[in-house]
Amino acid sequence: MTKELKFSDETLALANKIIARYPEGKQKSALLPLLHLAQAEFDGWLSPAAMDYVASLLKILPVEVYEVASFYSMYNLKPVGKCTLEVCRTVPCWLNGSEDLVAYLEKKLGVKDGETTKDGMFTIKTVECLGSCGTAPMLQCGAEFHENLTNEKVDALLTKLKTEGTRKTYCLGDK
Amino acid sequence: MGRQLLLEHINVAGIQSYEVYKQKGGYAALEKALKTMAPDAVMEEVKKSGLRGRGGAGFPTGLKWSFLDRKSTKPRYLVCNADESEPGTFKDRYLMEKIPHALIEGMILSSFALGANTAYIYIRGEYFYVHKILEKAIDEAYAAGWLGKNIMGSGYSLDLYMHIGAGAYICGEETALLESLEGKRGNPRIKPPFPAIAGLYGAPTVVNNVETIAAVVPIINLGGDEYAKIGVGKSTGTKLISASGHINKPGVYEIELGVSVEEFIYSDQYCGGIKNGKRLKACVPGGSSVPILPVDLITKTAKGETRLMTYESLSDGGFATGSMLGSGGFIVYDETACIVRSLWNFSRFYHHESCGQCSPCREGTGWLEKVLHRIEEGHGKMSDIDLLWDIQRKIEGNTICPLGDAAAWPVASAIRHFRHEFEYHVKYPEKVKDPKHGHYEPIMPPKKEEAVIV
Ligand SMILES: Cc1cc2nc3c(=O)[nH]c(=O)nc-3n(C[C@H](O)[C@H](O)[C@H](O)COP(=O)(O)O)c2cc1C
Ligand code: SF4
Ligand code: FES
Repeated sequence: MTKELKFSDETLALANKIIARYPEGKQKSALLPLLHLAQAEFDGWLSPAAMDYVASLLKILPVEVYEVASFYSMYNLKPVGKCTLEVCRTVPCWLNGSEDLVAYLEKKLGVKDGETTKDGMFTIKTVECLGSCGTAPMLQCGAEFHENLTNEKVDALLTKLKTEGTRKTYCLGDK
Repeated sequence: MGRQLLLEHINVAGIQSYEVYKQKGGYAALEKALKTMAPDAVMEEVKKSGLRGRGGAGFPTGLKWSFLDRKSTKPRYLVCNADESEPGTFKDRYLMEKIPHALIEGMILSSFALGANTAYIYIRGEYFYVHKILEKAIDEAYAAGWLGKNIMGSGYSLDLYMHIGAGAYICGEETALLESLEGKRGNPRIKPPFPAIAGLYGAPTVVNNVETIAAVVPIINLGGDEYAKIGVGKSTGTKLISASGHINKPGVYEIELGVSVEEFIYSDQYCGGIKNGKRLKACVPGGSSVPILPVDLITKTAKGETRLMTYESLSDGGFATGSMLGSGGFIVYDETACIVRSLWNFSRFYHHESCGQCSPCREGTGWLEKVLHRIEEGHGKMSDIDLLWDIQRKIEGNTICPLGDAAAWPVASAIRHFRHEFEYHVKYPEKVKDPKHGHYEPIMPPKKEEAVIV
């Protein structure tokens, strides 16, 4: 069931615009932003096919893409839930209750850190400092920061995300 | 509150937009430079200002700029370090999100001074929404004629682009950042050569922090000499401090360098004192990488002098009794915080973020995390404390980049100042079973006279 992966015309135009930001012959520089585009377009993770496609766009070897994709923590190399709840666990957030926040999420969703709910809706992932230490505890979902969290706020957020039911991811375009 | 050079207009409605920023005096410094100053004159003002890098190391910016290889026939680059991932640091995000044009104007000014015709802002991947804000600001600056070819008829041309990272603390290290910008893994390079000689694509490159670049704007507006009058000694100007932890008013504050630490922690203009009426226990004043200070060394130095928020005063006493201003990530701990758990958390961070190139860092951070975890869980031995000391000593100074040192220093300082707390964990394992043990029976440092200095 290998179906050929391709960016939409709109995304391809954006990819080409990004590639043009770097000098002649240095198009490999566009790799990180293009991987973000691919992850957003292809179900929130980078399958080998998606990485091969990005390699072909940049005219580099697939292995040059794999070694980079595996280095950076924001690229998912296996499928994830529609909403990845990235909870900051580093000291300033810990001082302000991030351990309680993780415990609350785990209890509420019935899964542990790193796992995805059965309906494929939520993944819990603890991450390192997100530059939001003054508004701790916090979590990021897609591009959005949810700060100064309380159990009530978490309840409201989960309900909202569930009602929307859409995949939350980072996108470089205007979507 | 002292003078506000960067955040003066932070609460003005619409200051994110080009029009409002311009109305509030924005782009005046750039206009002044393009119309009345030679690039070298801009650099001269930066030298006179005494500005020091705001990314952590505090290296004089004018001096750094003067190292740029001017004889090279290759293009020159300015790269802004907006990777901001040092735990406890969130000032760059605040500045970029609230007043994006302050960074854009600073980028154009600095590129002009350096003779760079292409510049990049490397922003950490998680700041996606800030990336969008900056892209919009860049578009506005192009539309207004501040970017592109022959800017305002000056003959100077500049293209400015955003570049997004993808989650890696190490990419804040400037050579790792350049590797990452070239589309590679973020492995720091061996120096020399320094970026000023062989940086991006092997061409002469300056890498500066967001706040450093934004500070060039008020320096040109005021003149370097005026800027240098603010502050104390070699700590000139203002600095953004990210305040977090157990305080009443966490947030980003612009201080004149030289306010006292006591004022910063307790004044209502800044942190507003310790939360929930608790006692102050410890403080990490410059981001996770700098040494932790116990309560008796926070507001006073070991010599009994008032501790000031300056590069010099915070490091007074060296590593024995001082710390560092670093990136200005000011983390405050009250009496309920367990220093061992905090250190384990930091060590886990460094282990997670080590790029793995050097064995002392790759293996050493793993060992630190492991040994700290067992002490924290009540399974440690007394000899583990000396083992930790030994491991951190073997990392420090033996690695390609300073991440190794950054992992070692917090360990050394925690053992130096809080050895009793590690011993407590070993002696009373049943008392530390619950992760919140610090809340039930705070372990405060013994009086200074009794403190064990290693
Ligand atoms: C592990 C590590 C992480 C760093 N992270 C950052 C960072 O996120 N932002 C930053 O500006 N500098 C960071 N630095 C410092 C940079 O290497 C470099 O010194 C700085 O960007 C220079 O800019 P400045 O002179 O304007 O401070 C880091 C250094 C190390 C060793
Ligand atoms: S010190 Fe650590 S992070 Fe730095 S280059 Fe060596 S292994 Fe990589
Ligand atoms: S520690 Fe959680 S955002 Fe910084």
